[in-house]
Amino acid sequence: MALITCRDLTLGYESHAILEHLSFTVGAGDYLCVVGENGSGKSTLMRTMLGLQKPLSGSIAFGDGMKQNEIGYLPQQTAIQRDFPATVWEIVLSGCQARAGRRFFYGKADKATAAHNLERMGMTGFRNRCYRELSGGQQQRVLLARALCATRKLLLLDEPVSGLDPKVTAEMYGLIEGLNREGVTIVMISHDIAAAVRYATHILHVGGTKTFFGDIGAYRDSAIGRRFIALEGGDEA
Amino acid sequence: MIQTLQQYMQFPFVRYALIVGTLIALCSSLLGVTLVLKRFSFIGDGLSHVAFGAIAIAGVLNISDDMLFVMPFTVFCAILLLRTGRNARVKGDAAIAMISVGALAVGYLLLNLFPTSSNLSGDVCSTLFGSTSILTLTQAEVWLCAVLSLAVVVLFVLFYNKLFAVTFDEDFARAVGTRVEAYNLLIAVVIAVIIVLAMNLVGSLLISALIIFPALSAMRLFKSFRGVTVCAAILSVACAVSGMLISIVGGTPVGSTIVAVDIAVFAVCALIERVRG
Ligand SMILES: Nc1ncnc2c1ncn2[C@@H]1O[C@H](COP(=O)(O)OP(=O)(O)OP(=O)(O)O)[C@@H](O)[C@H]1O
Ligand SMILES: [Mg+2]
Repeated sequence: MALITCRDLTLGYESHAILEHLSFTVGAGDYLCVVGENGSGKSTLMRTMLGLQKPLSGSIAFGDGMKQNEIGYLPQQTAIQRDFPATVWEIVLSGCQARAGRRFFYGKADKATAAHNLERMGMTGFRNRCYRELSGGQQQRVLLARALCATRKLLLLDEPVSGLDPKVTAEMYGLIEGLNREGVTIVMISHDIAAAVRYATHILHVGGTKTFFGDIGAYRDSAIGRRFIALEGGDEA
Repeated sequence: MIQTLQQYMQFPFVRYALIVGTLIALCSSLLGVTLVLKRFSFIGDGLSHVAFGAIAIAGVLNISDDMLFVMPFTVFCAILLLRTGRNARVKGDAAIAMISVGALAVGYLLLNLFPTSSNLSGDVCSTLFGSTSILTLTQAEVWLCAVLSLAVVVLFVLFYNKLFAVTFDEDFARAVGTRVEAYNLLIAVVIAVIIVLAMNLVGSLLISALIIFPALSAMRLFKSFRGVTVCAAILSVACAVSGMLISIVGGTPVGSTIVAVDIAVFAVCALIERVRG
């Protein structure tokens, strides 16, 4: 059984539908890229998968021993205020909330997990730095480390490279690819179609009524895929 | 001056006032950090007006121990405000303005229509600015204050990590299964309790200052959540104690003296931040 199975989802806000009849699955080890135009409902889909909002209709089923609160999440725009006093360590450790469950304090194991993920993101040296004084790319790494503390299996990344320079973007893709190799399932929203067809195993293309879901080869061959890849200047295709 | 203080310390009501003042300052500053960072400070402001209205109603109804009425009433309004704040259809800040100004107006009206003492403006003034009420606490009230304050501190320490998570990034916390609504409710209820307690110390108009200033001062100096929280608690207690001592010796109103000290400390902290660059 797949980690996530979405059947005939209709998404939207207050009975106003944005995406309709969406069906797809995410299997263990997949690297699914969600592409589509601005405002097509990609973030809404991700928020629905996380249980932050309810689908208007349809169902989301979790399988393979996966629970909804075991998903690591990297939001598109964090509503984190600019003047929030918090260190890198405090933020990464807060990714262990689900793990800590009903316990009041974080234990040794939680701290080890946080330290390990900080190391994985190459941010150990920034442990006691103030989050708001980091660069955009460093902040993304911190939030990715936090997301990794929340999961061993599945990461939902909403435009993880937006606002990063080409070099840092490449590093970020490298990190995500590495995580995927280690067995973490990735669902990533991206406007970077070139990177999507390069790294992903599956593509979900959303937009109004024309949605596409399939593996990367099928996407390249599909009409919608060819048009979009040409349009966005995907040199890989 | 030391002698004057020693003299005053012999009176139990002065000692009570110092104990209660310290405890109230401690809990208000702890929650103040969360309140400021969550942009909830307006709820604190709204609730303090509600508490004023509640006191007026309690006076009219001739309820002898008005804390027993004011506390549940304010907690109820806190929950109400939180709910409307979440509701996208009613603008949260407009609802709060309505409730808080409404409570102020109705409260004053009631006090005028059913005066309980001949010195109306004196009564209103002490409710709003808490001029002397802290010195008239009974032993029972001191115990109530102490127990509630300790409960707040214990709750805060136990839920410190959850509060951080919910304050820093609500969506993420919710996504990983933290019961955000429950913690928001807890915050609102605890704020209501603190506000009713703090009415005794500084009066309803100055409560927001007591809650917000230490947090803002600490945010000038520290960059970690823990640092800010601890620093806010220390600053708040120090300001409250020195404010109370100054007011005893100098005969100034307790509430406004404490707030004045808070403001001075904030100015110093802002200056330090500037100098550090
Ligand atoms: N809280 C909200 N209430 C009502 N409508 C919303 C809300 N958030 C988003 N929308 C609408 O839902 C639609 C999809 O938004 P969403 O954020 O999911 O798009 P997106 O595909 O992530 O776009 P982008 O590429 O710009 O991130 C948009 O038309 C937007 O206006
Ligand atoms: Mg989006």
